[in-house]
Amino acid sequence: MTTPAHTTDAPMSHQHTAGALTSRAGVLLVLTLFAIYTLVPPWWLLVTATKNKGYLFTTHGLWFSHFDLWTNIREVFQEQDGVFLRWMLNSVLYSVGGAAVGTLVSAMAGYALAKYAFRGRGLVFNVVLGAVLVPASMFALPLYLMFSATHLVNTYWAVFLPSIVSPFGVYLARVYAGAAVPDELLEAGRIDGAREAGIFWRISMPVMSPALVTIFLFQFVGIWNNYLLPVLMLSDDRLQPITVGLANWRAELNNGVPHSLTITGSLLSVIPLLIAFFVLQRYWRSGLTAGSVK
Amino acid sequence: MAITYPDHDVTSPAERAPRLPRRPAGGRATRSATLFLLPFGVLFAVMVLAPIGYALYESFFEVRRGGLGLSPAVAEFTGASNYVKALRDTDFMASILRVLLLGVVQVPVMLGLSLLLALLLDSRSARFRRTFRMIFFLPFAMPGAIAAIMWSFLYIPSVSPFTAGLRSIGLDVDFLSGGLAPVSIGNMMTWGWTGYNMLIIHSALQAIPRELYEAAVLDGCSGWRLAWHVKIPLVRPALILTMVFSIIGTAQLYTEPDILRRVASTVTATYTPIMASQYSANVNNYNFAAAQAVILAVLTFVLSFGFLKFVQRKGFGA
Repeated sequence: MTTPAHTTDAPMSHQHTAGALTSRAGVLLVLTLFAIYTLVPPWWLLVTATKNKGYLFTTHGLWFSHFDLWTNIREVFQEQDGVFLRWMLNSVLYSVGGAAVGTLVSAMAGYALAKYAFRGRGLVFNVVLGAVLVPASMFALPLYLMFSATHLVNTYWAVFLPSIVSPFGVYLARVYAGAAVPDELLEAGRIDGAREAGIFWRISMPVMSPALVTIFLFQFVGIWNNYLLPVLMLSDDRLQPITVGLANWRAELNNGVPHSLTITGSLLSVIPLLIAFFVLQRYWRSGLTAGSVK
Repeated sequence: MAITYPDHDVTSPAERAPRLPRRPAGGRATRSATLFLLPFGVLFAVMVLAPIGYALYESFFEVRRGGLGLSPAVAEFTGASNYVKALRDTDFMASILRVLLLGVVQVPVMLGLSLLLALLLDSRSARFRRTFRMIFFLPFAMPGAIAAIMWSFLYIPSVSPFTAGLRSIGLDVDFLSGGLAPVSIGNMMTWGWTGYNMLIIHSALQAIPRELYEAAVLDGCSGWRLAWHVKIPLVRPALILTMVFSIIGTAQLYTEPDILRRVASTVTATYTPIMASQYSANVNNYNFAAAQAVILAVLTFVLSFGFLKFVQRKGFGA
């Protein structure tokens, strides 16, 4: 996203007056307080995941003691014949598969809306725009009722198929293709005798690739974070993604799943996502800001 | 590399039709476009439109079972009867009221915080901007369910450092008691979404051309007065957008109370409208569940669009 150069850091003549110093300290204080509020819960998660499970209740929650992280991790992977790894792989399957197929589908639709004049184009685009505003959770229950009637519940497809649909992806692809794919390039391809599908695949897709990465990321995280849809659709724990699996562990203290497993499992499950987030931060911001001005 | 959208295309994608290619024209263009749109169109029809139609249809029927379970169950058209029942259902109405109350308190608190943080980050006095922005963004990088599991531990007395801390100063607080459970859920929502909303508002603030401030600054307008009279009016569209998203999100509240339900009896199985509808489906009352889902969808639509109309009529609109 275009970010105008900031001039607010430029030194001003009155910078060192008492008033400016007070205001700087005040701003820093408020920002720091909120940063602490934000960081304390994940800090607790990190600290607690490293503790020997016998000491969860007796040691201070916010500082390390009785380091036993490796045992905790081993127990997470051993519990219930390695179901944790299965959940992680399920999440990867739903997210990578759903986002890959979804990105292609969205790119095709967005490209068509941007680059072809056809009747009803405005209507189609308005339907897509309207659907962007409607949260997926609104369709989850009706979908569950429909899939129950057609006996699709409790299968991979019940979570995979609905995850492919991303009106937001179509919107981003439409905006980007409209701005970045020049008509002259398509024209040249047509003059050379290329077919429309070939032009899309070999000329337009490479030009659209930065937007495709953003679409993929948003959809990947959306599917990875999804909770309501898999909770409704999947009762077989071998099919569940990590979010649902861990939520069930959380409730199974009385069935012999100790807190330490759920806590360490939660930490392990967010690490890949956190890395992806901070490595690919720019793509996030570009997608968020494009979303914010729609 | 970040994507750069040319500004004109981002600000008005809906109104501004793209330049049309001279070729292919007419039939050929329509055929190609149809083929490109087909996969999305089919999926959208089956995964979005069909369920809505199905739920609407089912909501007008009721399954009647034979008295002794001897005769097969028959679906019978009963008109609006499911809707009447839903509106008279105390659990369902309580869930709607609970979510409305929660939203009325939590959304303004969260968005007020988001706006405050965005203004502070944008102010001349701010230091370590990138670091703070990254920290505030962190909760957004965490799945809602995992964040809810984390908070569910921080609320139970045996593990929570907060309960322990409060006890050491003589306060005995049960975060999951009937009275505090809504506050605890509101806190989870605030923790999870303040940074996200702040980022949207902050981006809008950064998009304001600096020249717009200069005149005001020359007139001696700075600090809070600059924020109140110049900056906030200019980011109104972003504020309205975050407000609409928050209203929708609160109406659809599910993950946080569903996780807490597993550890606290004060959070019931029908705590929010979605949970109430799910509960009806779980006890095989599909038609009733469909009616509840339709009512919730209509309510969400009325609240979010009602808010938009309200700000437009008041002249606050973008």
